Amino acid sequence: MSVQSNAARAEATGAAVVAMLRENARTDIPYYGWRSHGSGLLAIAALVGIYIAGVAVLGITPGRFFVGLFRLGDIIGLMWPPSPETWGKFWIYMDALGQTLAIAFLGTIVAAVFAAPLGFLAARNIVANRIVHFGARRALDTVRSVDTLIWALIWINVVGLGPFAGLLAIATSDVCALAKLFSEAIETADRRPVEGIMASGGSRAAAVRFGIVPQVLPVFASQILYYIESNTRSATIIGIVGAGGIGVYLSEQIRVLEWSQAAFIILMVLVTVAIIDAISRVLRKAIIGRA
Amino acid sequence: MTTGRTEAHVIHTVPVLPDPQLAPLFAGYAGAIAAKRRQMILGVAVFLFAVALASLGAEVDADKFIAKIGNFTSYFSRLTHLDNSAYVWTDPVEWFWGLKRWLRLLGETLLIAYIGTFTGALFAFCACFLCSARLVKSATLRLVVRRVLEFCRTVPDLVFALIFVVAFGLGPLPGVMALAIHTAGALGKLFAEVVDNIDLKPVEGVAAAGGSWFAQVRFGVVPQVLANFTSYALLRFEINVRGASVLGFVGAGGIGEELILAVRRFFYSDVSAILVLIILCVMLIDMGTETLRHRLVRMEGGR
Repeated sequence: MSVQSNAARAEATGAAVVAMLRENARTDIPYYGWRSHGSGLLAIAALVGIYIAGVAVLGITPGRFFVGLFRLGDIIGLMWPPSPETWGKFWIYMDALGQTLAIAFLGTIVAAVFAAPLGFLAARNIVANRIVHFGARRALDTVRSVDTLIWALIWINVVGLGPFAGLLAIATSDVCALAKLFSEAIETADRRPVEGIMASGGSRAAAVRFGIVPQVLPVFASQILYYIESNTRSATIIGIVGAGGIGVYLSEQIRVLEWSQAAFIILMVLVTVAIIDAISRVLRKAIIGRA
Repeated sequence: MTTGRTEAHVIHTVPVLPDPQLAPLFAGYAGAIAAKRRQMILGVAVFLFAVALASLGAEVDADKFIAKIGNFTSYFSRLTHLDNSAYVWTDPVEWFWGLKRWLRLLGETLLIAYIGTFTGALFAFCACFLCSARLVKSATLRLVVRRVLEFCRTVPDLVFALIFVVAFGLGPLPGVMALAIHTAGALGKLFAEVVDNIDLKPVEGVAAAGGSWFAQVRFGVVPQVLANFTSYALLRFEINVRGASVLGFVGAGGIGEELILAVRRFFYSDVSAILVLIILCVMLIDMGTETLRHRLVRMEGGR
């Protein structure tokens, strides 16, 4: 039995199977074609229609797009090689990067300190009063819908230009996001420890302290770490409006068209973000693993 | 667990060890607690040190903060007053004097967010199948796609916008592109995670029936992931509406340009009017997408 004949036999069997399938194929099932997913197609048509109309309304033309793309190519060419030019500037950038990290870290910590009590207030299983609960949730949503950069503008008017304004901006915009996450963690906490403490005569405060806090603390910690990570990214851009950190230099270098320095700063940010991500991953694993 | 309660007539279901045997166990317990406490104190010390270091770095100045916190409240009171020092809500027509223009700019912001999200989602959709180990054999291709996506989501959209404004000129185009690139990176990762968790049996079925790679993806994968993808894209749209509201700060279109001008020129009532519009708009969009997402989940459940 050679390989050749095996292959031939396989082909013959395959052909026989196909012939059999053809013979037995049902022709009595009506095929509706595109009509069977009419509503889906309608939705897609609407989405694409809005898209095309939007492109027209915004005045985006292929001409502008390709001219820009060529200019972008030139810019990327000018970015190579990324370099800070002098060691003096390198250290200035490093200093600013440290400032960025400080803003992100401290901003998140301040946000978390204020978010924890708010989270308990907004949690349905702690505060049974529906009006308080609803009010807390709505207030959180309102503050959350204002971008960090807008908060930075407002805080600059209050405490002046500089990293302190940036820190306050990150803290204010994240208090609400964290409070919402915290309240969700509290709501999904296991009720049984609380019932146990209440059953053995503990007060409500004791039930929260010993029944809920130990459960939610690791979750809180891991969410705080996640926010420090994402705030490192936000903190790089609040400098664009003058609220401190590396963004101040980045926007300045782009405005004066010093592309190789701008590229260097972007690289520094990427490396820093990667390092922070790695550290936070290790810490998160340690925290969740221990819980 | 003291032995004092042990009396002859009490029947213990839990055996209580005699003291000499208990002592080392208690010592061990105390030691474990002490070790945990030491670890905790060390952690707190490291944390406090980091906070102190960061406060130096961020130029935290409690005196300045306390001295100027009055500015914060007075800033808010200025936001709520018109030029003629009446409260803004007493004269909504005067407060929202530029309503027509602002609504147009808000519409532009929404369109930027929509087109940016749509384009980014399309790119993410194409990319996510290419970085799944279960669908693509070539490790190099997977790695390249993953790295590109990572780059796209690590660089903040505003940085892209800053660069694109120089290349494409002022206006919504650089804003759309910045959002699209950032969205492609962020959604690409989420989409890829969804694809990694699919049931492979339909894919194998299509492959066994002789379907090509595209047929496998189209009929084996896409029907499983489409609802999740839509849900993620809607969430991203919410985020992008917020992001698009500040793109104007760097000249990339939308309401942000008007807002930063009003802030810089101290047109307080304009600032508050625009902020109210942005907040209302974001909340409406949030509510709309939430309803849509719930409906999607229900459709999935009903299947």
